[in-house]
Amino acid sequence: MAIREITKQDIRGILKEHEQHRDSLIPILQGIQKKLGYISEEAVEVISSHLNISENDIYGVVTFYTQFRFTCPGDHILKVCQGTACHVRGCKRIMNEATKYLGISPGETTSDYKFSLDSVACFGSCALSPVVVIDNTVHGRMSAQKIKRLLKAIE
Amino acid sequence: MKFENIQQQAQREWEAFNRLERPRILIGAVTCGRAAGALSVRAAFEKELATRSIAADFYEVGCLGMCYAEPLVEIGLPDGQRVMYNNVTEKMVADLVEDVIENGNPRPDLALATLGDAAIEGIPDVSNLPMMEGQVRIILRNAGLIDPTNVHHYVARGGYSGLARALGMMPEEVIKEVKNSGLRGRGGAGFPTGIKWEFARRTQNNTKYVICNADEGDPGAFMDRAVLESDPHAVLEGLTIAAYAIDASQGFIYIRAEYPLAVERLNLAIRQMEELKFLGENIMGTDFNFSIRIKEGAGAFVCGEETALIASIEGRRGMPSSRPPFPSDCGLHGKPTIINNVETLANVSEILNRGAEWFTRYGTEKSRGTKTFALAGKINRTGLIEVPLGITLKDIIFNIGGGIPDGKKFKAVQTGGPSGGCLPEELIELPVNYEELTKAGSIMGSGGMIVMDEDSCMVDIARYFLEFTHKESCGKCTPCRMGSQHLLRMLTEITEGKGTPGHIDTLVKLGETVKSGSLCGLGQTAPNPVLTTVRYFRKEYLSHITDSRCPAGVCQELITYSINENCTGCRVCLRACPADAITGEKKELHVIDPDKCTRCGTCMDVCKFDAVVIS
Ligand SMILES: Cc1cc2nc3c(=O)[nH]c(=O)nc-3n(C[C@H](O)[C@H](O)[C@H](O)COP(=O)(O)O)c2cc1C
Ligand code: SF4
Ligand code: SF4
Ligand code: SF4
Ligand code: FES
Repeated sequence: MAIREITKQDIRGILKEHEQHRDSLIPILQGIQKKLGYISEEAVEVISSHLNISENDIYGVVTFYTQFRFTCPGDHILKVCQGTACHVRGCKRIMNEATKYLGISPGETTSDYKFSLDSVACFGSCALSPVVVIDNTVHGRMSAQKIKRLLKAIE
Repeated sequence: MKFENIQQQAQREWEAFNRLERPRILIGAVTCGRAAGALSVRAAFEKELATRSIAADFYEVGCLGMCYAEPLVEIGLPDGQRVMYNNVTEKMVADLVEDVIENGNPRPDLALATLGDAAIEGIPDVSNLPMMEGQVRIILRNAGLIDPTNVHHYVARGGYSGLARALGMMPEEVIKEVKNSGLRGRGGAGFPTGIKWEFARRTQNNTKYVICNADEGDPGAFMDRAVLESDPHAVLEGLTIAAYAIDASQGFIYIRAEYPLAVERLNLAIRQMEELKFLGENIMGTDFNFSIRIKEGAGAFVCGEETALIASIEGRRGMPSSRPPFPSDCGLHGKPTIINNVETLANVSEILNRGAEWFTRYGTEKSRGTKTFALAGKINRTGLIEVPLGITLKDIIFNIGGGIPDGKKFKAVQTGGPSGGCLPEELIELPVNYEELTKAGSIMGSGGMIVMDEDSCMVDIARYFLEFTHKESCGKCTPCRMGSQHLLRMLTEITEGKGTPGHIDTLVKLGETVKSGSLCGLGQTAPNPVLTTVRYFRKEYLSHITDSRCPAGVCQELITYSINENCTGCRVCLRACPADAITGEKKELHVIDPDKCTRCGTCMDVCKFDAVVIS
């Protein structure tokens, strides 16, 4: 899949859902990312003039929070939990298997934009650790073998 | 509608829910249940029942806490038989439908427990299960028992009676009630809730705010998620009572973005409250007005800290600022603000319902009430429990949690997450309360408990936590930013066999400096995992440093993989090894070339004969 785009009109639609106030900055950014998958330069420009906050200031906020990304993610996002419970139960092996299988490191996207790989610090399903999330589905009791099967099934 | 009328309607719905006119299937289907496959199990049930033309009611309920046994399915039948089945798979569904629902055979071989009044030979009552015995459920009073999307279920079980009672009292009386209960904040620091409210009440201002802290950033903890998904109204009612007590008209829930189901449940619950006039203008016919908004976090652990959380709601980088002024004087947008944890608020609603005196029956003199703990790691019964404060670690880990799996030895338990400490076996009799845990170098924290066995390396664990806090440090103050970086560097060196005996003293000295010199709780507690592991597991540090040995067999640079005589020569590992490090003929002993081996562990995972060993 190619890089997704968003029109100025879409951005304005998202802006309209929120008060024109600094408090709305993060919810607006979240709205953009939900729609587009990432925060584009153009979106920052539009938000900047709408909320009267400098672009620098917005980049400062976007880079502070790990949720936001500046590059287009793949069709599927695999998140591997690196939280304490998952660490104790060997999530490193799962991450290794995922990086090997997809050929990318955490934070990267495959060149065909099929998969993105991320690490996350806990999904709150620690009792079923190790845990991975593919798109919006949480999978518990993972193993290196199971993750390979899951990824194969998606392909 | 008057509250009494709502209660009557709720009662009718609750009775109908429990009348079991036809088979009723309850599936634990919050995030943990879903991760174990609850939704596909539900679909399998629906399909199977449809093929057999059996009509039944389905409800997705919250988390009973027995996550290790998920997916959990309770089948209720018109004769009153209510049985819960554990680890249900799609394959088991046909049997359960045929035997249990069609033929009324409770299948004790598949059952975990009975619920309700009807006892069944060979199946224990749920309250007699070792995991449930010894628990006192105040915060989790409804979790797993009600349909969390039905406000009437909550009301029927005493919900919103606390709010109704509070609104009939003067705000000062409400605060006094909370003070008398002895409730302390469950977000980590344990500050007395009533006193915090009193400060905010006394500050004069036309605008005040209340915030529920649902950031739950401690990796390995999931108490707040489970409460919000299983019983959202318990928290929302508590927040509304807090607002009345300090005279706030706007509330927020700051919730981490990794919890989409909790957000969905909260949104629904807020709409239901508005419909029933538990929110909005003239709540319950009084002149009290209050509304609640949800703010989703954007992935920063430090935003769980009060002042950082406020900055984040204001659309800024979530960096803590120095206190005083405290938020109760000058918080969100400079207005008096109180911030309370999810669990604190779930306690408040029940305290107002049942009275402070009732609450003081549980816990100890200085630590009243109960606490939930998320049991995870190397423990048999992982899940969520609620116990009276003062219970020993041993009771939690061995009686409730069922001890350590695979016959391994208990080694340590981490309480309080990245801010807490690693407590060793010698302290297993320690009573769990704010004071004792602090004395031992750890903290109560929000309630994550990660149990570790002999296969966990304490240096690796300390390194793990420092990596986390270093990454999450906001960078505002040098002791935290640079200190955590150096602590992490030294710990990494030790795990790589590059440590010197001087490393240990430097770790302790630097750790103390970071603790005393940091601005916020993140830096002030970040060294705790290092300091406690050095204190209780110094020998393990020394093994790494002086013998270049990782006794637990975890630190990659210090271990070698080899194959012993159990090997049958099945060639499975040879084919799986990504480094082509294994050689051997079919049906003969295989060998690992240590120079080629990258210590990935794959061979150990795939060998069915326990022939791969670490030394
Ligand atoms: C780095 C850091 C992270 C925190 N994370 C949380 C959290 O996730 N949830 C929480 O309730 N409190 C958290 N706290 C504690 C809060 O600052 C605050 O004490 C608490 O929310 C107050 O509520 P309580 O009095 O009901 O406990 C954190 C504190 C620090 C320093
Ligand atoms: S102690 Fe750490 S997290 Fe807290 S303000 Fe200082 S640098 Fe930021
Ligand atoms: S998998 Fe195990 S038994 Fe089979 S060849 Fe390898 S070491 Fe031997
Ligand atoms: S640990 Fe990994 S690299 Fe080493 S022999 Fe086993 S499979 Fe091969
Ligand atoms: S530590 Fe992985 S889900 Fe919590």
